[in-house]
Amino acid sequence: MQLSREALIRAYRQMKTIRLFEERLHDEIALGEIAGFTHLYAGQEACAVGVCEHLGPTDYIISTHRGHGHCIAKGCDVMAMMKEIYGSRDGLCKGKGGSMHIADMNVGMLGANGIVGAGAPIAVGAGITAKSNGTVSIAFSGDGACNQGTTFEAMNMAVVLKLPVIFVFENNHYSEHTGEAYAVGAESMTARSAAFGMKAIKANGIDFFSVYDAMRELIDYCKAGNGPASIELDCERFYGHFEGDPQRYRGPGELDRIREERDCLKTFRTKVTEAKLLEGAELDRVDAEVSDLIDRAVAEAKQADRPTPQDVLQDVYISY
Amino acid sequence: MAIKMIRDVIRDTIDEEMARDDSLIMLGEDIVGGNGAPGGPEAIGGIWGTSGGLWAKYGADRVIDTPISESAIIGAAAGAALTGKRAIAEIMFADFIGVCMDQIWNQVAKFRYMFGGKTTCPLVIRMPYGAGFNAAPQHSQVIHQFVTAMPGLKVVMPSTPGDAKGLLTQAIRDDDPVIFLEHKALYGVKGEVPDGDYVIPFGHARQVTQGDDVTILATGMMVGFAEKAAAELAQDGIGCDILDLRTTSPLDEEAILDSVERTGRLLIVDEAPPRCSFATDLSALVAQKAFASLKAPIDMVTAPHSPVPFARELESAYLPSPDKIVASAVKLMSYRRG
Ligand SMILES: Cc1ncc(C[n+]2csc(CCOP(=O)(O)OP(=O)(O)O)c2C)c(N)n1
Ligand SMILES: [Mg+2]
Repeated sequence: MQLSREALIRAYRQMKTIRLFEERLHDEIALGEIAGFTHLYAGQEACAVGVCEHLGPTDYIISTHRGHGHCIAKGCDVMAMMKEIYGSRDGLCKGKGGSMHIADMNVGMLGANGIVGAGAPIAVGAGITAKSNGTVSIAFSGDGACNQGTTFEAMNMAVVLKLPVIFVFENNHYSEHTGEAYAVGAESMTARSAAFGMKAIKANGIDFFSVYDAMRELIDYCKAGNGPASIELDCERFYGHFEGDPQRYRGPGELDRIREERDCLKTFRTKVTEAKLLEGAELDRVDAEVSDLIDRAVAEAKQADRPTPQDVLQDVYISY
Repeated sequence: MAIKMIRDVIRDTIDEEMARDDSLIMLGEDIVGGNGAPGGPEAIGGIWGTSGGLWAKYGADRVIDTPISESAIIGAAAGAALTGKRAIAEIMFADFIGVCMDQIWNQVAKFRYMFGGKTTCPLVIRMPYGAGFNAAPQHSQVIHQFVTAMPGLKVVMPSTPGDAKGLLTQAIRDDDPVIFLEHKALYGVKGEVPDGDYVIPFGHARQVTQGDDVTILATGMMVGFAEKAAAELAQDGIGCDILDLRTTSPLDEEAILDSVERTGRLLIVDEAPPRCSFATDLSALVAQKAFASLKAPIDMVTAPHSPVPFARELESAYLPSPDKIVASAVKLMSYRRG
């Protein structure tokens, strides 16, 4: 599909924002600035953005423990996200949830989630609402989460209820330290989704355009009342499972190779400049703007108000 | 005696028991790690470092890496345990009990009773638990309060390396299902561990400190907090009788009642929220059976009635602390009947 210049720049900006957000977090975490477990999304940007560029605020997504990319792609405020990750009371969830639980109902982002496989059933419920609104509900899951019974139940129920739910499986080939080849018993996740009775396709998660085009087709299909669909996106994660992971399950030179050969941002830049859709200089300008945004987000997050002990019992509807 | 960290004690105890009993198997996510990955199996040996080297030693039929499928992990461990194996299942974080609660509560816990005593289920469910890492609401919780309330389960919460060995050995050899709770913050704690065969029978509290003024009941990470508080209170002449209960079910009622009868004051420290909890259960026990010896109302230092928050300031406000325990003990000591 032919995208306008504005749309191309916007997609690139979203992907770049995710990349720099994550790269910066990687550095800040190494300095001990950030508490808790953080799972970085870098490497998979074309997946989140290729999906979410089709969506508006009343389309829903639900995310995973690796949620920053989905949040940014769906329109969560980057400044407020950064504050949340730093545990500020001005964060998107007031410092209660942190990296693994960023949510913003106003933009249709139903939350990152610390429980693997918990998202898909909730996306089915959002699909009930979406059906009545004429919108869609998207469940992001990994190659690990696809093995949970909850995911199976959700897929079957979405088929039974003919809901406009799209199960997006980001296959980055690992669930923590275990390879997809070991943990997914079926021939593929796509074959398994198809066996549930839904339309199931694959796309290249390294290529924004592959994801974007495939998603257009699926969204139209779901909105036409055909029931759910699934898409498996072949992609890579550029950092460890969580920050601090020694990554001994990787092959020799694997990280260098995927960063060199399977980088969705490089792929995008090459494609759009070679096709003369955008100039390199335009993309460089976006890079500089995004870099500036991330600098500001981190600086503000470090200065932002800290929560107080009284905040522990805020938003608890009954306390003792 | 060797000096070891709890994480190594857990691993070594499983190793010793696997060597001793061929029927013992182990299942969990990433307990081998690296399966189906370029780095190859045993790239990790458990994210907590509690199963390193076991796959190489005992093979993939006994040290079983599973997909992310907690219901099937517990169900499979239970099925194996019903049919002649002994099983250890690891649930990576106790919080994930939500995913497999049916298998634990309606299946495992009920087999022996529901089948008229005709079967046993020799299964240990190991679950790392607890707060202290800013791991946020779904990776920081305690669950002993639920499982202790379930008939058919034994529940163990070691706080020292020596106890971890003796209690895990007992748990593995036990013919009934045992929930074995390992506090994440204690994995790195070092201490003396007896060599050779070492079994601690369930239902016996450990006397941590002796004192005549206040009985303090604690488990897991709370035991160390109580010890810190007791050291401070001792400087003000307040003597604490700390009991590490070690198993919440079976419960060492006798040790608790003996202590309260001597001190007349009870302080319970519990990492769970305050309602319908282990702390309220202990409180009811003492109110029912040692009321006459109480010189002051029973006090509890617990988490508040809220999820475990993420931010550093919030989580430390949430958790019990030595300071909160000191304040509670001082309050008990200064209590005068009106
Ligand atoms: C119910 C549950 N089981 C296990 C975990 C621990 N865990 C967190 S992420 C993860 C791997 C998930 O793999 P995948 O779905 O492929 O997502 P990815 O990490 O690759 O993004 C595991 C096992 C969890 N958080 N929740
Ligand atoms: Mg994965």
